[in-house]
Amino acid sequence: MGKVLVVTSGKGGVGKTTTTAALGAALAQTGETVVVVDFDVGLRNLDLVMGAERRVVFDLINVIQGVAKLSQALIRDKRLETLWLLPASQTRDKDALTEEGVGRVITELREKFDWVICDSPAGIERGAILAMRYADAAIIVTNPEVSSVRDSDRIIGMLDSKTKLAENGGRIDKHLLITRYDSARAHRGEMLSIDDVLEILSTPLLGIIPESEDVLRASNVGAPVTLGNRLSGPGRAYMEAARRLQGESVSMTIPMQKRGLFDKLFGRRAA
Amino acid sequence: MSVFRFFRRGGSAPVARERLQILLAHERKASSQPDLLNVLREEILAVVAKHISLDPDRVRISMDRGDPVSVLEVDIEIPNKFDMPKSGAA
Ligand SMILES: Nc1ncnc2c1ncn2[C@@H]1O[C@H](COP(=O)(O)OP(=O)(O)O)[C@@H](O)[C@H]1O
Ligand SMILES: [Mg+2]
Repeated sequence: MGKVLVVTSGKGGVGKTTTTAALGAALAQTGETVVVVDFDVGLRNLDLVMGAERRVVFDLINVIQGVAKLSQALIRDKRLETLWLLPASQTRDKDALTEEGVGRVITELREKFDWVICDSPAGIERGAILAMRYADAAIIVTNPEVSSVRDSDRIIGMLDSKTKLAENGGRIDKHLLITRYDSARAHRGEMLSIDDVLEILSTPLLGIIPESEDVLRASNVGAPVTLGNRLSGPGRAYMEAARRLQGESVSMTIPMQKRGLFDKLFGRRAA
Repeated sequence: MSVFRFFRRGGSAPVARERLQILLAHERKASSQPDLLNVLREEILAVVAKHISLDPDRVRISMDRGDPVSVLEVDIEIPNKFDMPKSGAA
């Protein structure tokens, strides 16, 4: 039985879709089977970031409505045979996503794949709740900036109340991923520090992804950054985060070189 | 695929532009009129289903939207022995 992860944040534009693609490709490179699922109905983008936008035939809603079988909607990555995509629909009818339908699809995916990674839409409405509904674990994507941290706090509360696991008295595993981290700005005190964010959200840290133009380049060409450029700053950071997800203990390194931060972080326990 | 080349050279924006142009051309068309590729897919499957009962596991469909041509591949396994529907053709 595979593990279901939701990549969530509340706020938009923080790096959820980038993270879903990067972690999906990183995990798939270790030989485990991975499916990334786009829950952003009406605004699908994971297909673009994965470079599969021209190959979409059916989508999640087609599967839920019985128009297509799951096997017909899944798109296999052309570069990594263990990596698959289930695209979102471009339909404007968000109600087409039903709780029961999502449950059926997730159950089937869980049987077929080692990892099911759900890319949540922004917000705290229905779509975001459905994306987290059946998750075993959550990756909360946060930028070191006040509104993002506040929204993450909201989302953490929802993970503890609105998920199936929480309703059944369980505890969802939570991992904090700080993205778009600009060490120069943090050093100048223009951004919240990693310590501030961790203290406020008191959630174990999965990784720190640097702000980098490598991410933009990766999305331009449709290759997850861990596939096209895994030696780049964000590539390495995502590869390490994936190893932590797999239970390995990898020491946390700060993406850039500013003195002090590394020392502060050294020895911090990973999520 | 030559995708990785662009990482070394820099200059990935032209690739992004080309990908978007192809994608948006299809998406804009789809919102004003039914998408031809999808119409073809549905009608082809309907015609086949009229003659044999389609086992979804034996149907593979793929698309590759491109410029100037797109490719629709419909790959259907048809058993050599099958029951003709009673009202069936010919
Ligand atoms: N580490 C990063 N460095 C630079 N840009 C990034 C980084 N992570 C994400 N971005 C950019 O931020 C924007 C939003 O990212 P995206 O993953 O789509 O966020 P979300 O899915 O949360 O809305 C995109 O333009 C993406 O390229
Ligand atoms: Mg997104």
